[in-house]
Amino acid sequence: MARTIIPFGPQHPVLPEPVHLKLVVEDEIVKEAVPALGYVHRGLEKLVQIRDYHQMIQIVERVCGICSCIHAKAYCQGIETLMGVEVPDRGRFLRVIWGELHRVHSHLLWLGLFADAFGFESVFQQFWKVREKIMDMMEATAGNRVIISVNVVGGTRYDLSPEQLRWILEGLVEVEQGVKALQKTMLEDYTVKARTVGVGVLTREQALELGAAGPTLRGSGVAQDMRQLGYSAYSDLDFEPVVETGGDSYSRSTVRFREVLQSIDLVRQAIARLPEGDTRVPVKGNPEGEVVVRVEQPRGELLYYIKANGTKFLDRCRIRTPTFANVPPLLAMVGGLELADVPVVVLSIDPCISCTER
Amino acid sequence: MIENITEVTQATVASEVLRLKNAGYRLVTMTCTEIDENDLDILYHFDKDLELVHLRMRQPKDRPVPSISGILFAALLVENELRDQFGVSFDGLILDFNRTLYLDAEVTEVPLVSNVKITKQ
Repeated sequence: MARTIIPFGPQHPVLPEPVHLKLVVEDEIVKEAVPALGYVHRGLEKLVQIRDYHQMIQIVERVCGICSCIHAKAYCQGIETLMGVEVPDRGRFLRVIWGELHRVHSHLLWLGLFADAFGFESVFQQFWKVREKIMDMMEATAGNRVIISVNVVGGTRYDLSPEQLRWILEGLVEVEQGVKALQKTMLEDYTVKARTVGVGVLTREQALELGAAGPTLRGSGVAQDMRQLGYSAYSDLDFEPVVETGGDSYSRSTVRFREVLQSIDLVRQAIARLPEGDTRVPVKGNPEGEVVVRVEQPRGELLYYIKANGTKFLDRCRIRTPTFANVPPLLAMVGGLELADVPVVVLSIDPCISCTER
Repeated sequence: MIENITEVTQATVASEVLRLKNAGYRLVTMTCTEIDENDLDILYHFDKDLELVHLRMRQPKDRPVPSISGILFAALLVENELRDQFGVSFDGLILDFNRTLYLDAEVTEVPLVSNVKITKQ
């Protein structure tokens, strides 16, 4: 049969955000895919020209709502490095607590969407029900459910009281039970495995050569997680990256599932070792120089390059998000797939288009 | 404040990238910054075992950049992004969106370069 081009997106039931793939198919088999972006490009990097370096925190938090807290953390870390600011120990641990709560809510959101992508709607609803408890924690501790704005240059804007810490620990028991109750279905169910095992395979070599990041990289057997760099308080916590070796949609899903439990453990560790003291230090002056910062977002490695000139306006704030890195690997994954598997494989990289296009 | 930087030129960038690829490095991304009205600063960021190394190249705005997308497919999107944001062209880019990766075809301003507009041909 002659080659046909099937448009996938920008509006599609499995896509929470708009992205377009031109799928070149023969019969029902995808031969190649060409991406088309630009539906949610906002030009946020240009705003450094008219917003000062403190105001830019609010801008980078809006690169992506789902990982807003970690965008702000990376940005603040870069400015702090340039200015020689040392964040107090309590501030470093609090950044881990809110950062990991963000990762849990992001992964639970994705696990629900992934289940929905192959039609398992009850699992979708269950994951989102569990996630609500995390959203309650963020609202109670920071005033917002998603964009929590806790990071400032020099530390964190808010502190957590002993009562709040106890309440978070109690809530995490409930979350952990809810997630574990879904483990058998998500990781062992016949229908889930039939749609994910061996589908959308990315080998270890391909993952490295195509620049994959995060769970997509770790699902292909590469033990790399930016938290190993030890930023914030990760150097003071017990942490090993979660790795799966299958390279398929099932492996990427399993990595995220296990990371939910790992993040719960990290929050518990951080609360247990939370030191007393201030959460932030006052910051005076303006940054100067250039720096590269990398942190681990829920979707993977996030890179900020910041160049400052000693005024309150930065010369450059370049943001490389994990989904941007995972698009070339995705193009390799969909080659050779049956058309019906494309939505599940696209979702398996946890695409965030707002991040990608900024 | 950035360590492990190697200076490269238009003539040597491809061989340096190939050397890093063969040594097992992963391309993280590229960063472009405007230096002055004539030149751009392009950084290539690579990672191996959590250690970053960088290549730095001074690039005249009016000359094409040698594309590394033929060596590393991962560079495809970021080179097109730089094309949108800085108006530079790439020699050998394997899939050229011609400044429409993010932007509409009608956009003539170059977002991250001062006072430059693209003239339609």
